[in-house]
Amino acid sequence: MTVTLIQIETKPPRGDWRDPHVELRKGSICYSAAPKNLTALGLPNPRVWQPLDSDWKLPPDWKRIILDGMKERLHKYRSFRLFMDICVRCGACADKCHFYLGSSDPKNMPVARAELMRSIYRRYFTLTGRIFGALAGGRELTEDVIKEWFYYFYQCTECRRCSVFCPYGIDTAEITMMGRELLNLIGCNTNWVIEPAANCFRVGNHLGIQPHGFKDSLDFAADEAAEITGLDFEVPINRKGAEVLFVMPSADYFGTPHYYTLLGYLMLFREIGLDYTVSAYASEGGNFGLFSSHEMMKRLNAKIYEEARRLGVKWILGGECGHMWRVLHQYMDTMNGPADFLDVPISSITGTVFENARSTKMVHICEFTADLIHHGKLKLDPRRNDRWIATYHDSCNPARAMGLLEEPRAILRAVCRNFHEMPENTIREQTFCCGSGAGLGTDENLEMRLRGGFPRANAVKYVKEKHGVNLLTCICAIDKATLPTLLEYWVPGVEVAGVHELVGNALVMTGEKERVVDLRGEPLPSETHAAIGASEGDYA
Amino acid sequence: MNALYSLLAVLALVVAGFACGQSEPWRIALVTIVPYAAFAALLVGFCCRVVRWASAPVPFHIPVTCGQQTSLAWIRPANIDNPSTRWGVALRMAAEILLFRSLFRNNRARLSCGRLILGETATLWLCSLAFHWALLLILLRHLRFFLEPVPAFVNALERLDGSFQIGAPPLYFSDVILVAALTWLLVRRFRDPALRYLSLFSDYFALFLLLAIAATGILMRYFTRVDILTVKQFALGLAAFRPNAPQALSTLFLCHLLLVCALAAYIPFSKLMHMGGVFLSPTRNLANNSRSRRHINPWNAPVKTHAYAEWEEEFRDKMQAAGIPVEIEGKAEDDGNAHTN
Repeated sequence: MTVTLIQIETKPPRGDWRDPHVELRKGSICYSAAPKNLTALGLPNPRVWQPLDSDWKLPPDWKRIILDGMKERLHKYRSFRLFMDICVRCGACADKCHFYLGSSDPKNMPVARAELMRSIYRRYFTLTGRIFGALAGGRELTEDVIKEWFYYFYQCTECRRCSVFCPYGIDTAEITMMGRELLNLIGCNTNWVIEPAANCFRVGNHLGIQPHGFKDSLDFAADEAAEITGLDFEVPINRKGAEVLFVMPSADYFGTPHYYTLLGYLMLFREIGLDYTVSAYASEGGNFGLFSSHEMMKRLNAKIYEEARRLGVKWILGGECGHMWRVLHQYMDTMNGPADFLDVPISSITGTVFENARSTKMVHICEFTADLIHHGKLKLDPRRNDRWIATYHDSCNPARAMGLLEEPRAILRAVCRNFHEMPENTIREQTFCCGSGAGLGTDENLEMRLRGGFPRANAVKYVKEKHGVNLLTCICAIDKATLPTLLEYWVPGVEVAGVHELVGNALVMTGEKERVVDLRGEPLPSETHAAIGASEGDYA
Repeated sequence: MNALYSLLAVLALVVAGFACGQSEPWRIALVTIVPYAAFAALLVGFCCRVVRWASAPVPFHIPVTCGQQTSLAWIRPANIDNPSTRWGVALRMAAEILLFRSLFRNNRARLSCGRLILGETATLWLCSLAFHWALLLILLRHLRFFLEPVPAFVNALERLDGSFQIGAPPLYFSDVILVAALTWLLVRRFRDPALRYLSLFSDYFALFLLLAIAATGILMRYFTRVDILTVKQFALGLAAFRPNAPQALSTLFLCHLLLVCALAAYIPFSKLMHMGGVFLSPTRNLANNSRSRRHINPWNAPVKTHAYAEWEEEFRDKMQAAGIPVEIEGKAEDDGNAHTN
């Protein structure tokens, strides 16, 4: 098999976007959801099919289901109706989407992606569209439109970068979410989204790791942390009466390089003596419901508060994750609150009251750690991270759905000595997505992921060449899972790490043995420096 | 094709305006009935659209944050781009509506030798802002036709706008800026391949219609020198709901009037409703305080969840074997070696 490297080139758009025909290709689609997963969640139209089939086996009344679904959502969401109505097609968003920049496919311009839906809205829900049809920008709803929707609504990572530039704040994520909800109604969904959701619903986390497996993973991590530091570690699971419930994305205990971040958490918690527990029931912070429907989001998210109530904790701490924090910050309290059985979060170490989490009672680990560092509660040796020249990738949702920008930077400045920002319009609220979020991070979709990851990688390449950056830090589980592949392709030689991995490296723990390796098991740079110094001395 | 059709549609309106000037009954209808019909359509249509948006709830708190959040006391928040208070939101909305804050961020992506380069560009922001402010100024200036005595601020605006005197009557800045900005916005739609691909009939129609209105207005003011007194007499009559149809109204004026009426009636059915919609955009008009204040969803319906008890039921044996605490001690535990608490 010959492998053709992807070449990014800009091509002027051709043809008429109102033609719904789309050529589905391997490499840029995700496979369909397996019937057993749909059944497990009670979702409609479970069947065996693939997007590449010509017959998608839609239910006979699919058109009515879609139009009724649209009508219902137009009444339930102001955002949806408003964003259908007010776009002026100024085109400011067009070259802001990483998928458009990487694929040159004009339907990946955020405005075009939304027009795929708007044209149907105009045709069936507006007076002018019903009378003038195509002249008013309307389109008939056909099976080809459904296939087109499937292709393009699963080619949006809901990263919201376009919305930052839109003069009306039109949020393509909102439209994509509606599009996916509608597709879900007729059983057009992808396995990469539905299977993790089904696992999370029944077992507790995306991979379906059962409680004893969960415990094994954490015990293993505790042993590893013990080996590095010479201290004993224990990870409390489902412990009643702890002060804090800690919820992390499950990738932290089964993925690499997430795993090193987990070691960082464990070391931090032990050093400050945090009274915490994790839960095998709420063993997933990530929420793939966000990628299928608001209802599914709520169903999966409900576990966190339920478990906090059962365990009788005072407040909740959340690990490094992107979309997880969109749900926790913007949806959780509304959907499953009020969390009146919890206390306003207070750091027992510094006494800081987290007023910004007064109602939700859930604090981001970067807020927590930045506060510790600011109050001088951690003894840090940033030289232990000297092998890294780091940059920081603002993960989309903490940046654009929260504004968590300075906390991770404050931590990074304290724990490593070489830190360089990427160019201004590729970080903070203008950060570029990894191209694999929102349930697109599957291998059958690799070509599109590489294309979508290109703008991010391009900025990394810039700092690599300018400053010799060799580490991209981030606070998102999907970033950690997918950026290594993308960087290997676009910018070989740059690795990916969570912020708390570097914290774990730099943290000088009370009573620890002299560390010889970092959390990755690689020799510590001080050793290397000493060795170099010694050999130089020999020659001198 | 969309551009051609919309140009034809605007030309048809122009021709209709001229035609009305030739036939007395049509002329009377145009100056007495059409303006009221058009503005009734604008008012009713505009209100209906806004009410329809406003009656849909905002179930979730979804602001797009464009700066540092308010969190720890020692980190300076971006109070406008990521507001956590109502005042912050008011400032953010003001910056958005008066200065087009988000459009100001615009940049242009270009690919060069396999590298992506994001270049600064302010033209879209500048032209859009110039067009909207010029249009507002022109609308306000038109108040002098409808009000007697003319309010002082209208006179002041007019003096300011016409302070650059070339010949008589003085040339208004706003006229020049409006036409220049509209022309740029139109040319951009033709020249930029991405925009050409996207643009619909309504995109060109709005631009052509505004240009035609500006053109007829400018012709009347600077070239055919319309009889201002007659126009004012007519406008005052309209405003007082005592429409009259002075014979001296020129055909060009009728044309201008018909185009303006067409625009007014068209607004509620078109993207031009963005003028009302921008105020309601939930990604901009909400404070980023969803963790400190609970946002209420009026239709927050119960969903099927997987309760802890059900979950423990399925995994109890395995949990006990692994030494994870359980709520209900199962049989396996009675034999009792694996359980710890």
